[in-house]
Amino acid sequence: MHYTIEINGAQQSVDIDGETPLLWVLRDVVDLKGTKFGCGAAQCGACTVHMDGHPIRACQTPIASVGNGRITTIEAVGESRLGKLVQEAWIELDVPQCGYCQAGQIMSATALLTRTPNPTDHDINEAMNGNLCRCATYTRIRAAIKHAAEAGRA
Amino acid sequence: MLARRNFLKASLAAGGGLLLTATIKAPAKAASLGKAGRDAATLNAYVRIAPDGLVTITAKNPEIGQGVKIMLPMLIAEELDVSWDRVQIDQADLDSRYPAQTAGGSTATPVNWLPMRRVGAAGRHMMIAAAAAEWGVPVSECETLTGLVLHNPSGRSLGYGALATKAAAQPVPDLNTLKLKDPKNFRIIGQPTRNIEVPRIVTGQPMFGIDVSVPGMLYAVFQKCDVHGGKLVSSNVDVIRALPGVRAAFEVKGGNDLRGLLDGVAVVADSWWQANRARQQLDIVWDEGDITGQSTADFAATASRLASGKPAMALRRDGDVNAGLAKAKTVVEAAYSYPFLSHINLEPQNCTAHVQDGKVEIWAPTQNPAPGSKLVSNTLGIPESAIKVHMVRAGGGFGRRLSNDYMVEAAWISKVVGAPVKLLWTREDDMRHDFYRPAGFHFFKAGLDGNGKLIAFADHFVTFSQNGEVAASAEMTAAEFPARLVEHLDYGMSMIPLRAPTGPLRAPRSNGLGFAFQSFLDELAHKAGVDPLQFALGLLGEPRLLPDPPGPRAGPGFHTGRMRGVIELAAEKSGWGKKSLPKGTGMGLAYYYSHLGYFAEVVQATVNAAGEITVDKIWVAGDIGSQIINPLNAENQAQGAALDGIGTALGHGLHLQGGKIVQGNFDTVLPLRMRQSPPVEVHFRVTDFPPTGLGEPALPPALPALANAIFAATGKRIRSLPIKDLDLSASA
Repeated sequence: MHYTIEINGAQQSVDIDGETPLLWVLRDVVDLKGTKFGCGAAQCGACTVHMDGHPIRACQTPIASVGNGRITTIEAVGESRLGKLVQEAWIELDVPQCGYCQAGQIMSATALLTRTPNPTDHDINEAMNGNLCRCATYTRIRAAIKHAAEAGRA
Repeated sequence: MLARRNFLKASLAAGGGLLLTATIKAPAKAASLGKAGRDAATLNAYVRIAPDGLVTITAKNPEIGQGVKIMLPMLIAEELDVSWDRVQIDQADLDSRYPAQTAGGSTATPVNWLPMRRVGAAGRHMMIAAAAAEWGVPVSECETLTGLVLHNPSGRSLGYGALATKAAAQPVPDLNTLKLKDPKNFRIIGQPTRNIEVPRIVTGQPMFGIDVSVPGMLYAVFQKCDVHGGKLVSSNVDVIRALPGVRAAFEVKGGNDLRGLLDGVAVVADSWWQANRARQQLDIVWDEGDITGQSTADFAATASRLASGKPAMALRRDGDVNAGLAKAKTVVEAAYSYPFLSHINLEPQNCTAHVQDGKVEIWAPTQNPAPGSKLVSNTLGIPESAIKVHMVRAGGGFGRRLSNDYMVEAAWISKVVGAPVKLLWTREDDMRHDFYRPAGFHFFKAGLDGNGKLIAFADHFVTFSQNGEVAASAEMTAAEFPARLVEHLDYGMSMIPLRAPTGPLRAPRSNGLGFAFQSFLDELAHKAGVDPLQFALGLLGEPRLLPDPPGPRAGPGFHTGRMRGVIELAAEKSGWGKKSLPKGTGMGLAYYYSHLGYFAEVVQATVNAAGEITVDKIWVAGDIGSQIINPLNAENQAQGAALDGIGTALGHGLHLQGGKIVQGNFDTVLPLRMRQSPPVEVHFRVTDFPPTGLGEPALPPALPALANAIFAATGKRIRSLPIKDLDLSASA
């Protein structure tokens, strides 16, 4: 099947089985490899991208279901003010260890700050609970979200 | 000709400038690491100083998230005396000139601390010599200041860039007589230093093994028998070949080495999704072999049966444990166990390989490339000289990527299809084909005298064997704490034969032993009616070094004073014994020495009536010697390791049934999540000992500290893991 979807502001045409998850279209067809594969079952959040600003798990999103949804990935999230602030906070606080989950963490964190500019610890727990970090950098992820929220108020 | 212990070569770099090449033996390595047979390993460093002053340092070790890629260059740059922002770091490939390219065992710091600094000092020495020659002044009148050589009497200065080419012609100094900086003058070591890779990580740049792309690359999956080492009898591979996108599907006949290429069916397609989808139609008949007794329930029953008899072998005997127990006022018996664990690297195992014209090129996220290259060579019958391995950043190591099974699979599949292939495992493949942290059973018996002093201690350790030998990472040594501190002590071991392969997982052995021993010691403190802190200090006694028992694992010994120091620090920072805690909340203390690091941790936890656990806070106190090289990363590593321990205790654990791992994904193995993750306070006690590593030693105390906190909160003793499988509700 032929699909045209909007990824990072550009129209992308792909000829592919409609059941193919968005994750594999991103990684292996349009060559955006920042979105990661971790579990294939929406359990780890490594594949988190935005559809119309909302965080979704790309490994469980068939390409046929994307329709007119605007997809944003880690490669372009820094084009928004909040996304950029989140990335900068991650650098400032030296969050990552292995780094593999962090694209998904940043996508979830940016979506959180977009709808909740001053998140409480409870807000952070709820919004980030679906994103596993095997290195358990949660202490710094939490601090970096607050750091970005602070910067967003400035 | 005499073999020179340390060898430094200076040459003119391509494009001008100085290239330093160092080959340095690490003589005291075996002694300092407590590991045998590694004296001959050499370390290498390559440093280039370009005419524009830019310093390029090659990071020889794999990077799996512990920050080694910047730590080793920091050591060189410090003594070279250059500005850190003029340092560029290149990742090396597997290269026979670097014989110790491995990440594991928290070894990078103790092994490299002096040699890397000496390389930097040699470079600085040569810069000074070149400047002194240029000016016609004595070397003794020159000094350096971040990339400049200064001649203070005349006020002249020259940059390293301008001197680099001339420095290449200077004689090479003797590495052993070079004067190193006084630590109080460090400008790079000890400074919080950001990981240079983070800007690429946060923008999603392709940098991990899974991101590798080679022109003409196909995608592969590989189905093996879920009973490890099971043999392929037949398959419907012909049917698979006709499925959409499939380019090739074929049976693979492997060997019997569980670390090498095993029997299976490879499916190769235009996309990974197609390959994996086609695989779901596979119908394979396996010969699973003998799976008698290869289930979690069987293991527990066998362990209990073995525990009722004498241990098959003695590990240590001090005094007369039976006489000690007979003298004791209180005798305590308890059985502890811990489960098999998978490493669950978030990046599933993968590898890209291209076999062409008798040559192999491999891109692998590995911790240990050299044995992988050898394995590929032996399996494919291609000389190692024709194999090139690129080390690619790994999405977590944890010990899993010390094995290279994925590497030989990718190479084999590429050879058969005649195209570059990216092999990617699913999460289920990853969990079911691991080298597991072995489960273990401890049957303890201890005696306390009338003063609550521990006078007798026995452990019958039931562990696993493979091919008659103790399984990998399933052993216990005669130095296991509290050995050397109890008058009558007996450690013995029995083994259960195991089919599934085992191997090191972050803080191998210690990650299970620490839970069992430190939980039982807490139990003894409570039985003795002594505060666990006082019980620990009483057991350790006066500060002194207890030498290790002789043998291949003998290390530098155990220092009771260093352990006391971190216990007291953790107690002080956590307010141990000074807080009034609400009902249902408790604090637990545990301490453990591993990988040359001394750590004590206090966990505060709350358990509600429904048995739900909230970990409120963790205090970590560590002693890893005289210098924290990068405090920013050290805090991150210690926090992560402690939380890894908490997550492991709460939610990790695998079951075997009929030789197969039951669990397959993160719905049944539950890694720690944000909601469960408490604040972690990290404190280091700086002591006068050589700096040691930090990837592992903060992990082991976290599990028992949590278990002991749960006991303090509820009166319920945690004697098996994971805690998620236990009922802690008030009615239980």
